[in-house]
Amino acid sequence: MDNLIALLVAAPLLGAAVLLCGGRRLDAVGHWIGTALAASSFVIGVVLFADMLGKNAEHRTLTQFLYSWIPVGGFQADVAFQLDQLSMTFVLLITGVGSLIHVYSIGYMEHDERRRRFFGYLNLFLAAMLLLVLADNYLLLYVGWEGVGLASYLLIGFWQHKPSAATAAKKAFLVNRVGDMGLSIAIMLMFTTFGTFTFGPVFEAAGGASEGKLTAIALMLLLAACGKSAQVPLQSWLGDAMEGPTPVSALIHAATMVTAGVYLIVRSADIFNAAPDAQLVVTVVGAVTLLFGAIVGCAKDDIKKALAGSTMSQIGYMILAAGLGPIGYVFAIMHLVTHGFFKAGLFLGAGSVMHGMNDEVDMRKYGGLRTYMPITFVTFGLGYLAIIGFPGLSGFFSKDKIIEAAFAKGGTEGWILGGVALLGAAITAFYMTRVMLMTFFGEKRWQPDENGHEPHPHESPKVMTIPMIVLAFGSVFAGGFFSIGDRFLNWLEPVTGHSHGNPPVSALTVTLSTMVVLVIGVAAAYAQYGRRPVPVVAPRGSLLTRAARRDLLQDDFNHVVLVRGGEHLTRSLVYVDHTLVDGVVNGTAASMGGLSGRLRKLQNGYARSYAVSMFGGAAILIAATLLMRAV
Amino acid sequence: MNPVNYLYLAALLFTIGATGVLIRRNAIVVFMCVELMLNACNLAFVTFSRMHGNLDGQVIAFFTMVVAAAEVVVGLAIIVSLFRSRHSASVDDASLMKL
Repeated sequence: MDNLIALLVAAPLLGAAVLLCGGRRLDAVGHWIGTALAASSFVIGVVLFADMLGKNAEHRTLTQFLYSWIPVGGFQADVAFQLDQLSMTFVLLITGVGSLIHVYSIGYMEHDERRRRFFGYLNLFLAAMLLLVLADNYLLLYVGWEGVGLASYLLIGFWQHKPSAATAAKKAFLVNRVGDMGLSIAIMLMFTTFGTFTFGPVFEAAGGASEGKLTAIALMLLLAACGKSAQVPLQSWLGDAMEGPTPVSALIHAATMVTAGVYLIVRSADIFNAAPDAQLVVTVVGAVTLLFGAIVGCAKDDIKKALAGSTMSQIGYMILAAGLGPIGYVFAIMHLVTHGFFKAGLFLGAGSVMHGMNDEVDMRKYGGLRTYMPITFVTFGLGYLAIIGFPGLSGFFSKDKIIEAAFAKGGTEGWILGGVALLGAAITAFYMTRVMLMTFFGEKRWQPDENGHEPHPHESPKVMTIPMIVLAFGSVFAGGFFSIGDRFLNWLEPVTGHSHGNPPVSALTVTLSTMVVLVIGVAAAYAQYGRRPVPVVAPRGSLLTRAARRDLLQDDFNHVVLVRGGEHLTRSLVYVDHTLVDGVVNGTAASMGGLSGRLRKLQNGYARSYAVSMFGGAAILIAATLLMRAV
Repeated sequence: MNPVNYLYLAALLFTIGATGVLIRRNAIVVFMCVELMLNACNLAFVTFSRMHGNLDGQVIAFFTMVVAAAEVVVGLAIIVSLFRSRHSASVDDASLMKL
């Protein structure tokens, strides 16, 4: 069984190699090869999962040593895999949702002549993401981490003929690089502190290291997580990443890659548990981002960007839960899985709507689509109910647990974090209801595109709707399935540990107040967008709305502080270079030149002046000699 | 007579010669002043020979004479060719390394 782990990664990697190197002769079958290899990886995952379920909790961790990658003296880096319950959860999510989105892409990318390449990139992504979650040491994890960054770059910029897509890809890559730097520094710190970066020994040694070092490592890991998971302050790339094809947004920028930061923090639980200051920063980042994303999501008229804001906000919930420590780890991962279902489903639904509406993304030009796209409407609607936390659906169970855990943190912090999480739930209900109402309800607001084509909304082909239906099933039932009998908790507890904390309020109170804010959010959105007609041209809006449309000025902030700051820095460095460094060099040369000019005047060609210098020199020598004698 | 007086005379002659070399422009006079300096040295050598009671100084004086004779030959030849090319015996006129 152990030997199957490498196959999980190898299958999509083979697919990527074949599709990207195969050339045009594979154009006709490329998408089938890619989908088959992704599905085969899923089948291997299921086989391993079944095998794992048959064992006791203590014996569930599988390892596979492939080869020694960098054996140099005291520095040992192996290509070795570790499959435990946490990795298994991710493997099933990545390969399962990944395979569904491969199937969906067959339909979505049907008219794209570079479809084979698209599937090659998708397979490359799957391979890198699986490597990330299966690695048994941080260095191999880093390889996967960079791999998903590369795949994300390639896929965001897949339509590189659009300047906006090319810019968005570059932006995502650069912002991610800041986070990657954090990860590489964390790995270096780990090596100097523990002498290794293999998970097991590092976590064993984590208790013995000084808290300052652990805090530094944890904060660097958090920086990495912020970059990959689009958390404040490295969140600015996610909205622009929606330039990529919609299946990419669903797979990479909603369900899997952006959750890598949560994985990193939960995986490094032993380090974070020993660094309470860093944990506090993690919760603050999570809390700020969950509000930030939600507010941005409220103002966007682009359906994919509204969903991107929502992704940011939901990952904020996960990071918040991960920062709470053992109270929250399990729920962070549980929300991650249920979010994987419903957010992927929502994005696929959005893609289906765009497919039927001539690639229009502005929700103000949708309206009344429920009768034209019944399957999309129902699956999107179920995803909607799941994300706002409608009782009984996935989001209800996982989000409720996170809010509960936030209160259970205890003290003033607990009240603040719990309050923020509750407020976030209300805003989530508001913006998702807004998306729902603007897209599927109200009157038609369709307009012909630039070429004068009137949109003819139609239901998408089966190859697209079936994945949506499967994901809708997950959105509805996953949360209940996980929560009844604490199945998910018992499954993950051996890896992440769990404690109940001291909730100041009962679980029932939390659930009821979540219901109350949910109703308030939905009602506010209905009053705004359901009862009144939606204007086709966006009204000017309040100051907050306008700021939120500009992503709460995150790009402006980056421009003013980072870009301008960088320009000033380089300008002053150039100035110092020109005046100080060049000044020293040029000054030396000029003074030598001046001195030589003076000395040259002595050489005037007059024999008598030479004679004077000779006599003078001789006189000085003699005087010096006599003086030395006298002394 | 005290031999130190000869040394004073030698110093006086050397100074006159040196001054002549520095301030006169005529190459012939400069040349003669150089000879004067050489002979002042000779006088000093001979005096020292007498004072120390050995022959070292006299031997060196003979050497100086030989060198001076050779110098006269070369020096006069240079002055003659200089005069031929520039129609002047002034040392200041010969301040360039070209004609």
